[in-house]
Amino acid sequence: MKDLDTSGYSCPEPVIMTKKALGHSPDGLRVTVDNRASKENVTRYAKALGYSVETTEGNGNWILKISR
Amino acid sequence: MDIREKGKLGLTGLLIGAAAVILTVLGNPGNMGFCIACFLRDTAGAMHLHTAPIVEYVRPEIIGIILGSFAISVATGDFRPRGGSSPVLRFIIGFIVMVGALVFLGCPLRMVLRLAGGDLNALVGLLGFIAGIGVGCIFLSNGFTLGKAEKQSAIEGAALPGATILLFVLFLAVPSLLLFSESGPGSMHAPVAAALLAGLLAGVAAERTRLCMAGGIRDIFLIRDFTLISGFAAIFLAALIGNLITGSFRLGFADQPVSHPMHIWNFLGMTAVGLGSVMLGGCPLRQLILAGEGSSDSASAVLGMIVGSAFAHNFSLASSANAGPGTNGKVAVVAGIIILVAIAAVVTIKERRKA
Repeated sequence: MKDLDTSGYSCPEPVIMTKKALGHSPDGLRVTVDNRASKENVTRYAKALGYSVETTEGNGNWILKISR
Repeated sequence: MDIREKGKLGLTGLLIGAAAVILTVLGNPGNMGFCIACFLRDTAGAMHLHTAPIVEYVRPEIIGIILGSFAISVATGDFRPRGGSSPVLRFIIGFIVMVGALVFLGCPLRMVLRLAGGDLNALVGLLGFIAGIGVGCIFLSNGFTLGKAEKQSAIEGAALPGATILLFVLFLAVPSLLLFSESGPGSMHAPVAAALLAGLLAGVAAERTRLCMAGGIRDIFLIRDFTLISGFAAIFLAALIGNLITGSFRLGFADQPVSHPMHIWNFLGMTAVGLGSVMLGGCPLRQLILAGEGSSDSASAVLGMIVGSAFAHNFSLASSANAGPGTNGKVAVVAGIIILVAIAAVVTIKERRKA
């Protein structure tokens, strides 16, 4: 599974980065986000596309495992 | 989850819309319960940054919004000092957003409140706003970014909220230092305690829900997501009902409170605001909230807006009510849009070469 690090970027950029990355690897993606707004936006976006999202928190970041 | 988020945004919108009508009843100018652009401008006037005698007052709503966001983000762990994502560009974009807003006579939040008061000039403004957001989205989806922010110290993140507290203390303790309008919109205001409380509530609610006037339309364009727009719709609904109850709803273009009927300039003013807001990652309200959460990039944009408002009045760029913008204002809006497009185009082309 590919990794995407969006730390330092604020919305909507993490969502757009996720959108592009999912275009290249449609099976799934591990996305690191560093703020609540991006966590919620990326999660909502992935769910709207029919993916499931598993969230783990650590080190002040969230890792969102997006998979089919 | 989506429904819950929409519900929270809806409640926030209803709260802000209702608070706006109440503030107007308590003394704020017509359809100006909240206006981030106008209130930053009034505050700049109070601080002698411009000397337009009718728009000088330290607006407690602004202080409340920043401090409400600061307090709730510290309490919930959302306070994360970040900065270094093109601060000077953000200052300039904030400056241009302010000039556009003062040519239209309101920020996106006041645009919604004006619509809810029956001011059809705001509908023309909304079309311009949508056009500006559309152009911004084209750049965004082609790679536009102001770059990565890095972690900053807590004191950097708390600097703007701290300055806000200092200003409020000066306002209460030594008001003779500051300027206050004796006539015009600056002289019309709700009692300090009510305005501060409304600002605090709006700040807390908008921080929790990430309410943003530009974000709602942007998300529809970019990812077909209708979550954020529900806040926008709820503000409209609550303010519309409030205006109907208080009898302040009047449908039409002419003689609306602090407004002018020059369509092209209402359109272009809000085009600049829409495009600039997308480049900044949020409307003027959202910039205040993000600054409260410790973003020194958004604090830069807020400082740009304050300086922009001072220039707008020192160089006659701002519209006057009913008459609209003068030559300087027209030139400034067109130049502002050209500068925004140039910044966005240069950054986007550079990013595409990198990719």
